[in-house]
Amino acid sequence: MGKYILKRVLSMIPLLFVVSILVFLFIHLIPGDAARQVAGATATAGEVEAVRKQLGLDQPLIPQYIQWITGIFHGDLGISYTNNTTVAELFAPRLPITIYLTICSITWSVLIGIVIGVVAAINRGRTLDMLGMLIAIAGISLPNFWLGLQLMQIFSVNLGLLPTGGLEDWRGYILPSLAMGAGIMAILARVTRSSMIENLGKDYVRTARAKGLPESRVIMAHAFKNSSIDIITVTALQIGALIAGSVVVETVFSIPGLGRLLVDSIGFRDYEVIQALILFFSFEYMVINLIADVLYALINPRVRYE
Amino acid sequence: MATTEKGSASSGFAAGEELPRAQSPVKQFIKKFLRRKTAVAGFIFIVFILILAVIGPNITPYDPNAYDYNAILAAPNAAHIWGTDEFGRDVFSRIIAGTQLSLGTALTASILGTAGGVVLGLIAGFFGGLIDSFIMRVCDVMFAFPSILLAIAIVAIIGPGITNIMIGLAVFTVPSFARIIRGAVLEVRGELYVEVAKSIGCSPARIMFVHIFPGTLQALIVNFTMNVGGAILSASSLSFLGFGASVTQAEWGAILSQGRNYLAIAPHLVLFPGLVIFLTVLAFNLFGDGLRDTLDPKLN
Repeated sequence: MGKYILKRVLSMIPLLFVVSILVFLFIHLIPGDAARQVAGATATAGEVEAVRKQLGLDQPLIPQYIQWITGIFHGDLGISYTNNTTVAELFAPRLPITIYLTICSITWSVLIGIVIGVVAAINRGRTLDMLGMLIAIAGISLPNFWLGLQLMQIFSVNLGLLPTGGLEDWRGYILPSLAMGAGIMAILARVTRSSMIENLGKDYVRTARAKGLPESRVIMAHAFKNSSIDIITVTALQIGALIAGSVVVETVFSIPGLGRLLVDSIGFRDYEVIQALILFFSFEYMVINLIADVLYALINPRVRYE
Repeated sequence: MATTEKGSASSGFAAGEELPRAQSPVKQFIKKFLRRKTAVAGFIFIVFILILAVIGPNITPYDPNAYDYNAILAAPNAAHIWGTDEFGRDVFSRIIAGTQLSLGTALTASILGTAGGVVLGLIAGFFGGLIDSFIMRVCDVMFAFPSILLAIAIVAIIGPGITNIMIGLAVFTVPSFARIIRGAVLEVRGELYVEVAKSIGCSPARIMFVHIFPGTLQALIVNFTMNVGGAILSASSLSFLGFGASVTQAEWGAILSQGRNYLAIAPHLVLFPGLVIFLTVLAFNLFGDGLRDTLDPKLN
C-alpha cells in the first residue's frame, strides 16, 4: 500500500511542475505590456519600469520562474497591488472560510445524494425512483447562482429566517452550502443509482441472497461497498465543480472567501493574486484527486497490483 | 403515444426473428426514442428555443432596449407579463431577444470545443505511441484546472466579453472530447473494416475521417448534447460574474446579474431569466439522457 501511495505521489510531481509553468506564464500571456497593465493607464514611464523590475519582468524567463517557484516554497505567493499586502496575508483569513464552506457543501450533498441514489436503485422503475431522478436531473440543470438567489429570496427576504449574506454565525453558511452542493448531490444520486443497479444484478449479489442474507445486508455490505468505488471517483472529480462553484456562490452571498477574491482580483487586474489563486485551486484539486485514488486503492485491492 | 404503440406492435409482427432486421436503424432509433416521454419533451423544448434564437429579436412584444421611465421595476402585470427592469425595459422581450446570444454563445463554444477535441482524439487514438501520449498529457494538464476555472483564467488573461467567454469555454471543452473520442477510436481501430481500408492503401486522413470517425458518432452526439447544457450554465455563470456579456446586452446571465441588485424590491428580475436558463439546460439534459439510453444499450 505504501508503495502504491508513493507511486501516485511521485506521478503527480511532473503534472504539478507543468501546471506551475503554465500558471507562471500566465502573466506573460497577457496581451500587451503586463507591467503597464499592472501599473495602470495613468502611470508614468518610470513607474511602469519600477513595476516591471518588481515583477521581475525585466529578467529572462528561466531565472524568473526559478525565483517565483522558490518563493512559493517559502510561502511567498507574491504581492497584491490593489491591497498593498502580500498575497499570503490576503489568503490567511479567507482560506478557512472557503474550506469550511466546501466541507459543509460536500458533506450534505454526498450524504443526501447517496441516500437518493440507493433508494432509487432499490425501487427501480417505481414512483420513488422517478421522484429521485427528477430531483437529480433538476439539480444538475439548476444554475447555482440562481438557486442561491432564490433561496435568499425565500428564506432571507420573505421569511426573514436566515441572513442574506455575510458570516456572523453558522446560519450564514446554510444557504451558500445548499446552493454549492445541489449539483453534486444530483450527480451523486445518478451515479449511485446506476452503479447500484449494475451491482445488484451481479452474481455475487444473487449468491448473497441465495445463502439467505437479509436484504439490508445484501444491499449495504455487498452492492453498496462495490458502488462506493464509483462514488468516491465521481466525488473527487466533482470537487473541481465545487471549487468553481465557490467562486460563484461566494459572490452571490458576499462571502469573503478565496472564490470572491478571485472575482475581485480579475476586476482589479491584480495579476499576482489571480496567479496564486489559480495555482492554489489546481493544487487543491490535484491533492483531493490523489486522496481519492488512495481511498480507491484501500477499498479496491485490485488497483494496487496493477 | 398512439403511434409508438402501433410501432411496437408492428415490430412484434416480425417476431419470428430475434432481431427486427428489416427496419432501418434510424427508424428503430426514432421508435425507441419516442418511448421516452421526458426526452421527447426535452427535444420539443430545444426546437422551440432554437426557433426563438433565430426569430426572437423580430417577435418581441416590446423593443428589448427601449426605456420606459413610466414603468420602472414594474412587477409582472398585463402589459409586461414578466415585469420591467430598472430602466423600464420589458423583461419578457429582453429574454426572448437574449435567446440568440445565450444559446449562440453556448452552441458556438460547444461546436468549436468539440471539433478541436474530435481532431485531437482521432489523432491520438489513431496514431498511438508518442503522439498519443503527448496529446493525452496535454489533456491531463488541462484537467488539472478545476471546471470552469480554466475558462475564468482565460477570460482573466484576454479580458471580459462574450467572444472571450466563447474561447474560454471552447478550450475548456477540448480535453474531455479528446478523451471520449480517443476511447471510441481505440474501440473501433481494431475492427476488420479499418484493417481492410489500411490494406487497400487509404491515406491516414481518409481512414480517420471516413472510416473511424463515423464509429465514434454515437458517443459524440450524446456528449455534445450534454455539453451544450453545461455550456449554457457555464456561460451564464461567467456572465453573472461580470466576465461575459456587458450589462447593456440582452443575455440571460447578464439580465440576471443586473437584476440581482434589486432582489428585495423586484424579485422577478432574477426569477424569470433564471427559470429560462434552468428549463433550457433541463431540456438539453433530458434530451441527452434519452439519446444516451437509446444509442448506448450498454447503459440500459
